[in-house]
Amino acid sequence: MQTKTIRPSKPAKRSWVSLILTLILLSIVCFVLFKLQGVQNQLVLRIARLCAINITLALAMNLINGFTGIFSLGQAGFMAIGAYTTALLTIPASKKAMMFMLTPLVKPLDTLTLPFGLTLIIGGLIAAGAAFLIGVPCLRLRGDYLAIATLGFSEIIRVLIMNAQSLTNGAQGLKSIPSNATIWWTYGIAFIVIVFMALFTSSSYGRALKAIREDEIAAESMGVSLFAHKMMAFMLSAFFAAVGGGLLAAYNGTIGQDMFRVIQTYNVLMIVVMGGMGSITGSVIAAFIVTIGQEWLRVLDGPINLGPIHTSGIAGMRMVVFSALLLIIIVFFRNGLFGTNEATWSAIGGRLSALAGHKKRGTAE
Amino acid sequence: MKLEIRDLRVSYGGIQALKGVSFTVNEGSIVTLIGANGAGKSTTLRAVSGLQKADGGSITLDGQSIMGLPTKEIVRRGIVMVPEGRRVFPDMTVRENLLIGAFIRSDRAEVEKDLRHVFELFPRLSERTWQMAGTLSGGEQQMLAVGRALMAKPKLLMMDEPSLGLAPLIVRGIFDIIKRVNADGITVLLIEQNANAALRVAGYGYVLETGSIVLEGSGAALMADPRVQEAYLGKHKEKPQNAHDDYTAVAATAGRLTD
Repeated sequence: MQTKTIRPSKPAKRSWVSLILTLILLSIVCFVLFKLQGVQNQLVLRIARLCAINITLALAMNLINGFTGIFSLGQAGFMAIGAYTTALLTIPASKKAMMFMLTPLVKPLDTLTLPFGLTLIIGGLIAAGAAFLIGVPCLRLRGDYLAIATLGFSEIIRVLIMNAQSLTNGAQGLKSIPSNATIWWTYGIAFIVIVFMALFTSSSYGRALKAIREDEIAAESMGVSLFAHKMMAFMLSAFFAAVGGGLLAAYNGTIGQDMFRVIQTYNVLMIVVMGGMGSITGSVIAAFIVTIGQEWLRVLDGPINLGPIHTSGIAGMRMVVFSALLLIIIVFFRNGLFGTNEATWSAIGGRLSALAGHKKRGTAE
Repeated sequence: MKLEIRDLRVSYGGIQALKGVSFTVNEGSIVTLIGANGAGKSTTLRAVSGLQKADGGSITLDGQSIMGLPTKEIVRRGIVMVPEGRRVFPDMTVRENLLIGAFIRSDRAEVEKDLRHVFELFPRLSERTWQMAGTLSGGEQQMLAVGRALMAKPKLLMMDEPSLGLAPLIVRGIFDIIKRVNADGITVLLIEQNANAALRVAGYGYVLETGSIVLEGSGAALMADPRVQEAYLGKHKEKPQNAHDDYTAVAATAGRLTD
């Protein structure tokens, strides 16, 4: 290009710097994870794993709600499918026999056990299949109607689970799920999902999804087929949600239909909204903030002594404070922490140099 | 590349928007459809690009019917629309907007070449490749909308009211671009309310009124036609004495045109 551009003059050099910085960040993360493995404090270990699971769940939801602009509230249903698949396929046969007291487990499943990683994929595929089935009628709807339809689907799944006694053990739920969700599994999968999302959203498919979010008619008139792309995003989102659900099952050890109420969808939605609809880095950072924040604020549930005000512990107090914090974020960052932007190295560098420049000017005067 | 539309009929619910429209767009020409609000101009374009289902009639491209094909397939065959009101993707960069235009193409090297070509055509855009399209001015957004359509490598470019909501100076720039695009060998079907500007660039024009073609002719002939002058160009043979005369004159013309 002959004309002046706003772009940095040497993009090639920039990308090298970014690559090196990314590698440094990755090695720091790996180092921290190694250290975490040796940590004796079970609580820290649990929260760390939950952070990674929440990253997976948030990115799954962000793909459909943030990048494609389809407001789906079916997340909990897809998570339940993944969680039950993983649980049923990893619990050892002897334990299953003990658990299914009222009605025995259906035939091939009662003795079948598969490797953990495989069960996550199977769960994901089943969820994607379910997404296809409900996507055919639902994805023709828009806005609120779609949200209500997917919400209904999620509840249907839950009720089915409650009543399919010989498959899911009904209201008793499933216990003794092998705790396969180690630091490496949870962070490994979170890493894969992050890399996938980064590549996918910058591909021509990802651009098409964003175009649909921005203006359906314009996207369609450029030859983007709306239904096919929405369906693809919906199925991919369901797949990752189910993988996250499977991890959650292995993390918890026990699951029941109660876990997959609508509130579960809202928990993930909170992370997505806080981080920014359409921002991968936003979701990752918000997953840490929300997960750690909810644990850290647990102090508030205990007895509080503020001199004049004295309480002997109110259960749920932390959620009150947490909601207030969320409100503040929504008021001051209407589009979440990042909006649709990403925290790239060049963006951070730009901010830092602007800050440094500001300081220099300040001292000169 | 010859687009032929015969007896095209479209209705929304029970209301007939197009009552048998026929016209031809010859290769390499600039053809314009002019008409007032609600005449059915946009509906015609939407039907040609496959966004709106037609009730009857035929749309053929080089003798082959393209009616009922999905938009994607019609774009592949080289008919691309610049939608009314620009409709750029506001939260995507200028570059991303242009790349969406090339969505149906898979020849990467060629796409990069065309990207450079669009930037040559619109230097303003090349200065703003990483800017969000929503932050561009109206004229720049119109340039982007045209550039985006050009990225699909169209043979026929259909433009829906490109002058809508733009300052007169910018409108002149847009019409210059239409001429340049046409000079590159792209056929243009132009829809306009701004009949003056449209007839000036168009080789041939059709006048659409409430769903039917009422007049046709070369751009110059239509401009000289007293009926077009009165109804669309705001000219009168004799200056009316007062507002009442003005009103009756327009009403008379409208009556004559719909007959």
